[in-house]
Amino acid sequence: MIEAKNVDFYYGDFHALKGISMKIENNTVTAFIGPSGCGKSTFLRLFNRMNDLIPDTRLTGECLINGQNIYDKAVDVTELRKNVGMVFQKPNPFPKTIFENIAFGLRVEGINDKNFIQQQVEESLKSAALWEEVKDKLKKSAFELSGGQQQRLCIARALAIKPDIILMDEPASALDPISTSKIEDLIHGLKENYTIVIVTHNMQQAARVSDKTGFFMLGKLVEYNDTKKMFLSPEKEETQNYITGRFG
Amino acid sequence: MKLIKRCIERIVETILTAGGMITSVIILLIVIFLFKEGFGLFNSPSVEKGYSLCVNTENPIEKLNPFQIKEIFDYEIDNWKNVGGNDEEIILFRFEELFYRYSDEELGENDEFLSQKLGEIIRATPGIIAYLPTEYLSSDCSGIKVLPEAKISVGDFFGRKEWIPTAIPAPQFGVLPLILGTLWVSIFAIAIALPLGLGVAIYLSELAGEKMRKILKPTIELLAGIPSVVYGFFGLVVLVPLIQKLFHLPVGETAFAGSLILAIMALPTIITVAEDAMQNTPRAMREAGLALGANHWQTIYKVIIPYSVSGISAAVVLGIGRAIGETMAVLMVTGNAAVIPHTIFEPVRTIPATIAAELGEAPSGGAHYQALFMLGCILFLMTILISIAAEVISKNHPQRKGI
Repeated sequence: MIEAKNVDFYYGDFHALKGISMKIENNTVTAFIGPSGCGKSTFLRLFNRMNDLIPDTRLTGECLINGQNIYDKAVDVTELRKNVGMVFQKPNPFPKTIFENIAFGLRVEGINDKNFIQQQVEESLKSAALWEEVKDKLKKSAFELSGGQQQRLCIARALAIKPDIILMDEPASALDPISTSKIEDLIHGLKENYTIVIVTHNMQQAARVSDKTGFFMLGKLVEYNDTKKMFLSPEKEETQNYITGRFG
Repeated sequence: MKLIKRCIERIVETILTAGGMITSVIILLIVIFLFKEGFGLFNSPSVEKGYSLCVNTENPIEKLNPFQIKEIFDYEIDNWKNVGGNDEEIILFRFEELFYRYSDEELGENDEFLSQKLGEIIRATPGIIAYLPTEYLSSDCSGIKVLPEAKISVGDFFGRKEWIPTAIPAPQFGVLPLILGTLWVSIFAIAIALPLGLGVAIYLSELAGEKMRKILKPTIELLAGIPSVVYGFFGLVVLVPLIQKLFHLPVGETAFAGSLILAIMALPTIITVAEDAMQNTPRAMREAGLALGANHWQTIYKVIIPYSVSGISAAVVLGIGRAIGETMAVLMVTGNAAVIPHTIFEPVRTIPATIAAELGEAPSGGAHYQALFMLGCILFLMTILISIAAEVISKNHPQRKGI
């Protein structure tokens, strides 16, 4: 279970997240929506501590995963990231072969067992619905795949290290509609085994894939509710306005 | 109005095209000139132009190669049997000796008896070998055998180990010591500069704090602008005595001193180019690595270095290019002895240093002059080979294949 308790986040002087509290259940898909610059990506990146890379940032409040504060000094960031996979906005495969892209996380962990790696690569590619398309060209460069295939490769790469949680930062925003629908189908299938948090610009996408939706605006979590309820009868007026397209 | 604008655009376009064409043609012509002058060497006689070597007709020797000629005139070979002739002592005769043997009166007022006297000497001495201007060869050739004029051969040029371009009568153009000297110095320079340079590049790009980077990077870039003669001077005054003392050598001017100076000179280039390449790794790549649980160091060597490998190989090529072509600093600290080095602590002479030091005293158009151009060609080919190798290496990488 993921939990944020009264989280405030600053980029230098800029107050990016304001007092956010939220609980995310296991094996659900949660979507974050909101206008650009509302802080939804920043919030997502808190959970694998990706924001640590940006200099001059500050966090107050608590981020808990399974009851453990991940910003605690005792937490090993690399261990945390092995448990919390991430898929980025633009497909970002490594300049390596398809096989080596998937094997990367395993090799980083120090696993050298060839058969095991082989098996994990196949399994991950199957889970990401990519195996049939690439099984004959595992030794080819990942750059030879199409954008949609590359993004599914990145998902497979994240799955290979067996995380519990997968964060997706607008995973389909750079893709065509057919690739997008493949990714959405994939997210549906992955829900069984993983907790998925997805940031999206596309409200229809949020409505299609998620169980719960959080609406962010100007660094605040305006409304957080079941997706159905959110899109049919939102509690807040801002949510209503955003969903019906009056701004954003 | 529109018409004028179009006209101006056309004119600018034409100027740019012409400029590009002219520059390319000039570069091409320079290369052609280099090779034309260089390959002229193999058409030059192995004995200086206008001079001949003569022996007595009774001598069975038909020809001598340049190395044998040099050995004979250096008194290293003193019997004809050593070069395939009879067992007879070799008697050297240089043209100048004529003026010691005969007075001006005997040679005649206008040197009219000169060739006659030369003929007499050669006929009278069975073991003689005489080195004379061809024009004074007597018209009466009985008893005199002129050795056939040989050309400088490619095999001698690349295979022999003596570089004595001013030897008389047969200059020795063995470039092996020069090529080896160049490779020796360059390879050691790169062996020193590469690990250091990449280390500093990684430190600057990935490990150093923002403040440190802001100080160090411009400083290192500044070093690239120091003239090579200043580096050479520093090497001569500081490094050479230090090396001599440290390793108890008879002289400090060694290949090692050259390598060190070259390494120092190549470092700024290697560092800045490699660091730029690493800095240009997209943030998405680093984040992808870190998000998969790689730690900082694993991200550096598994993601950033592979990603920037083409930039790093460019750094290596630029470094090697600088090392191979560098002239002044090397000329000042390597001792310039044209011998094949056995250890790094011996003086060597590199190709660029040879060209720089000798071109001024080589008569234009002569064999020595052409030999120096040939050295230029060799240097040119060496750098081309390295560039091609680098191109092949970076092309074999998936990153290049993909993008």
